[in-house]
Amino acid sequence: MSDPQKLAITTRALNLWYAKFQALIDVTVDIKHGIITSLIGPSGCGKTTLLRCFNRVNERYGYVTTTGEIKLHGKNIYDDDVSLVELRKSAGMVFQRPNPLPISVYENVVFGLRIHKEGGDLKRSVLDEAVEVALTEVGLWQDLKDRLDMRATNLQLEQQQKLCIARLLPLKPEIILMDEPCSALDVEGTRAIEELMFALKGRYTIVIVTHNMAQARRASDECIFMLLGELIEHSRTEELFLTPKNPKTADYIEGRYG
Amino acid sequence: MATELQTELAPERAAPKPAQPERGSAPANKPARAGRGALAIAGEKLIEFVIRLCGISAIIFVFSIFFFVFREAAPLFFQKHEPPAQPEAVVERHADDHSPAAKKFALKEFLFSKEWYPTSQSNVRFGVLALIVGTLSVTALAMIIAVPFGLGAAVFVSEFCGGKIKETLKIVIELLAAIPSVVWGFIGLTVMNPIIQDLFHAPIGLNMLNGAILLALMSVPIMVSIGEDSLKAVPDSFREAGLALGATRWQLVYRVLLPAAKNGLLAAVLLGVGRAVGETMAVLMATGHAVNIPFVTADGSFNPLFIFEPVRTLTATIAAELGEASEGSQHYRVLFLIGVLLFSMTFIVNLTADLIIRGIKKR
Ligand SMILES: Nc1ncnc2c1ncn2[C@@H]1O[C@H](COP(=O)(O)OP(=O)(O)OP(=O)(O)O)[C@@H](O)[C@H]1O
Ligand SMILES: [Mg+2]
Repeated sequence: MSDPQKLAITTRALNLWYAKFQALIDVTVDIKHGIITSLIGPSGCGKTTLLRCFNRVNERYGYVTTTGEIKLHGKNIYDDDVSLVELRKSAGMVFQRPNPLPISVYENVVFGLRIHKEGGDLKRSVLDEAVEVALTEVGLWQDLKDRLDMRATNLQLEQQQKLCIARLLPLKPEIILMDEPCSALDVEGTRAIEELMFALKGRYTIVIVTHNMAQARRASDECIFMLLGELIEHSRTEELFLTPKNPKTADYIEGRYG
Repeated sequence: MATELQTELAPERAAPKPAQPERGSAPANKPARAGRGALAIAGEKLIEFVIRLCGISAIIFVFSIFFFVFREAAPLFFQKHEPPAQPEAVVERHADDHSPAAKKFALKEFLFSKEWYPTSQSNVRFGVLALIVGTLSVTALAMIIAVPFGLGAAVFVSEFCGGKIKETLKIVIELLAAIPSVVWGFIGLTVMNPIIQDLFHAPIGLNMLNGAILLALMSVPIMVSIGEDSLKAVPDSFREAGLALGATRWQLVYRVLLPAAKNGLLAAVLLGVGRAVGETMAVLMATGHAVNIPFVTADGSFNPLFIFEPVRTLTATIAAELGEASEGSQHYRVLFLIGVLLFSMTFIVNLTADLIIRGIKKR
């Protein structure tokens, strides 16, 4: 399944400006399919920005300009025939703070199905099954199966974050983008999310932004180091941490800044 | 110059901390410093007192208004027979026509009778049912028009436009709130009513629809501004969650934002209702001012064209009749009782809205 040569995300000469401020500078990267790739770098270096380019969520700010090319599975996401809705369906996103919608657990999980099948009728049984499958996959089913109509915003943070992952699954995304998904969680929660990532790996391409270098080391197959909007180094995680090619990378992982 | 100023100011600055005197001649300075300090403290106290009074005055006003209105109405319930200022003859005729019990003011009759004949020579009746129905129905119709319009505008302003357009729209909508109600009434009388009659071939005369449209326009501004506030209060993370799942903007509005902001939007609607219930001038001028229950025809069946019926509201009745009712008469007191009724209605509506808004803030 995880053919190492297959590329999930490629960018060429990607530049991005927030109004006059350039947040991404000439980023060219190939992210492989089916593995976990982590994005590390000091605060403000553009990790979140890069991640948000991949499903074009950045565009909701009117003052963002992008140049260059981004391809998901070989398809340029800025082509005219690309539908934003389909793009976002295939590249799901998990945010830094868990952000389940203020509706029931059940409705959170089927939210994606509902918005993508607008008008068409969804059988209750289909929805029920989707909920069970998605929640089982993230390990919430046992805990929540009797509380599906509970308001999702009342769950514990860890459960909320798992739910945020679960609600992507019914849409069968190919790529899951995670922006510091554990930064609001404690040690237990972090471990649970990491285990979940391992379980999802292979079937999904996972790109995870993290501040925590130990996490990048533990949890990712490849690692990208960014600095001030530029991509400095991209290699296999062990290589990047043990034998960094770029002195800036070495400085960062040794904790000289960040 | 600078040093002069400094030495001038220094004692004052140091005043709260007399422990560190600035000059050597401390004893000579002390009384002056103490005096100035006392003055400053007194001034501060005074300002504080005035500010506190301003704050409390609102409470005082509300309670004294309520007290006054209630005091004028209260004797209705305690007085046995003739109201003091009524002409002898009328009172006597009363005594002839009715048993003494009927003359006494009856709250039940007041609330549930639709007979409003406050100045009848032979048989005064103070039933405000038709007026209550008038107020409620014109308000309800106004809300049917205003809610989609106002909340739609709130959604548009908060979610679908940005920058210049947003600011301009907000200002224009606020201007709408600044139009005096008599001007609205005038527009209803001279512009809107002819249009309604042309469009719908409605019977000649003013009608409820006319007043309701005016009330709708008058309550839209507050709905838009409160509605926009409550949409703005929805955390951006909900929008991002929806968008990242592939929701279109419209889906985002009705699947995420409306449920998330529903309390605030409800409060917005209630404040609009409060505005409409209390409005006087425009409805007095534009609704026809006929004591009439619009839903029933003369033969007692349901009237499907009730929106073209004239109605009269509680507020308009007070405005139109209080000038003529002699002070202290039963009519006068009943009008004040209507005031109490109105006051209670708007109080409840506003209080509910307020509690809802407060609930949102706490969350
Ligand atoms: N919406 C925005 N508008 C303007 N500037 C922004 C916006 N978002 C980010 N920036 C700027 O772009 C740069 C990169 O931000 P980004 O959030 O991508 O960094 P990051 O690497 O994710 O940082 P962190 O580790 O703190 O999350 C920062 O300098 C930031 O100030
Ligand atoms: Mg970030």
